[in-house]
Amino acid sequence: MSVKQANRFGFGINQSRLINYDTSDRKVREYVTLMEPSFRLCFACGGCTAACIAGQHISFNLRRMNTLIRRGEIDLLRDEVTRCMLCGKCLLVCPRGVNTRNVVAVTAEAIRKLDNNEL
Amino acid sequence: MKETAKHVIVAGGGVAGMEAAGSLAEMGMRVTLIEKGQDPGGHLLQWHALFPDRRPAEEVRGYLRQKIEHENINIITSTVVEKIMHQGHDVIVKLSGGTEERADAVIVATGFDLFDAHRKEEYGYGIYDNVITSADLEDMFNKGKIAKADGSVPARIGFIHCVGSRDEKVNNNHCSKVCCVTAVKQAIEVRKKLPACEVFCFYMDMRMYGPYYEELYRESQEFHNVNYIRGKVSEASVNINNRLVIKVEDTLAGRPLKMELDLMVLMVGMEMSKSGARLAEASGLETGINRFLETGDHHFGNNLSRINGVFYAGTCTAPMNITDTISHARAAVAETVRYLNGR
Repeated sequence: MSVKQANRFGFGINQSRLINYDTSDRKVREYVTLMEPSFRLCFACGGCTAACIAGQHISFNLRRMNTLIRRGEIDLLRDEVTRCMLCGKCLLVCPRGVNTRNVVAVTAEAIRKLDNNEL
Repeated sequence: MKETAKHVIVAGGGVAGMEAAGSLAEMGMRVTLIEKGQDPGGHLLQWHALFPDRRPAEEVRGYLRQKIEHENINIITSTVVEKIMHQGHDVIVKLSGGTEERADAVIVATGFDLFDAHRKEEYGYGIYDNVITSADLEDMFNKGKIAKADGSVPARIGFIHCVGSRDEKVNNNHCSKVCCVTAVKQAIEVRKKLPACEVFCFYMDMRMYGPYYEELYRESQEFHNVNYIRGKVSEASVNINNRLVIKVEDTLAGRPLKMELDLMVLMVGMEMSKSGARLAEASGLETGINRFLETGDHHFGNNLSRINGVFYAGTCTAPMNITDTISHARAAVAETVRYLNGR
C-alpha cells in the first residue's frame, strides 16, 4: 500500500492538529535551556499548576507551558507566558528543583527576542 | 559445631539480616546476628499483608523466624553496631554498650528508615487528624478497623504517591520502588473491606516494575474500581466540615483539581537508616548521593564494600522489595563465603 493510500484511511494527521517536531522552532527552547538549565528537569507532575494562583482563575498552566516550550509551539506560548504573575509559589512545590519562575521570565524574554529577530 | 568454624557478624536483623544469618548458619558458619530492636523482623513486623498477592506478612515472618532458629546463630537484640574495623585477618565490630566482637567477616544489613512524613509539612501529617502514612494504614489493617480519627467510617480515601521520594525538596531524588504497588495493594484492601468507600490514587508515574505488579494494577481498576489521577498533590487543608481538601493538577485533563477526602494516606518512601548512616560514617564506608551505601560495583559487585571482609545485604544499599532483599542477602552470603575460602 502506498503512503498516499494509507493517509486516506486516517493514518495521517491534519496539519492544524500536528506538532511537527522536525520543522518546529527550537530557538525558544534552546534559549530557555541556556538561560535556565533547570528547565530540563521537569517531569510534568503538575505540582506547580496545582499550587498556581493564576491558574486557579484563568487557564494558565506552567506544566503545559513547559511542554509547549519543548515542542516549539510558539504561537500558543506567546499568549500563555503573559498570564503568570511571577509570585513564585510554584518554586516551593517543584520536586525537581526547577527555577519555575525564571523559566517564565526567560520564556517571555525569548519570545520578545524571537519577534525582534534577535534569537 | 567445629571450633574452627568461621565467625560472621550480621549487622541488622531485618529481612536481609535474617536471611543472610540463616544461610550462613546452614553452611556451617558461626553467626552473630545483631538487631537494634527487641526482636528480629525489621519493618516486616508492622506489615499486615504483602504485595502483589496480598498474602499475610506472617507467612514470610514465619519463614524467616524458622531460618534463624539454628544452633550456629547467636542473636543479640537491643544492640546497635556502631563501628566496623578491619584488623589483620579479622574484622572488629564495636557494639553499643561498649563491647566488641571479633569476626572473620561482617555482613551489613542495616536496612532503611521510612520517610518521616512530618517533613512534608504541606501534607499536614501530625497537623490534621486524618492524614496518615501507609504504615499507619497497615496498622489499621492489623487491628481490623479502618477509621477516621473520630472513629467514623471514611467515605473517600486518597493515596498520595511519592511522599519523600523523587522529591528534591526533601533531598531524596531516588524512587523508593515499592510505594506504588503498596498503594495499589492497600487501595484494593480498602475497597474490599469498605465497599462503599471511594478510593483515589494520586501518582506521578505508576512504577509497576515487579512480576504481577502490573496485573495487580489492572485488577484494581477492573474489579475494585480504584481511581487514578495523574498529578502531584501540592497541599492539603481542612474545611469547615472538618474534611480534608487537597489541591492537585489533573495533568491529563490539564486543569487544577480540588477534592475533599475523609482520610489521606501518604505513601512514605525509603531512606538510608539513621543507624546505618552513623555506622557508615564511623567506619569509613562510602555512601552515594542518595545516602545509601555505595557498593563496589553497581552491576557485578553489588554486595561489596571497599573494606576487606565487609559485605552488604538488602536495603542498606538501595530500596528493594522483599523478594529482591532475600536474593541480595543470599548473594551477600555467596560473596562472604568466597572471600573466606580464598583467604
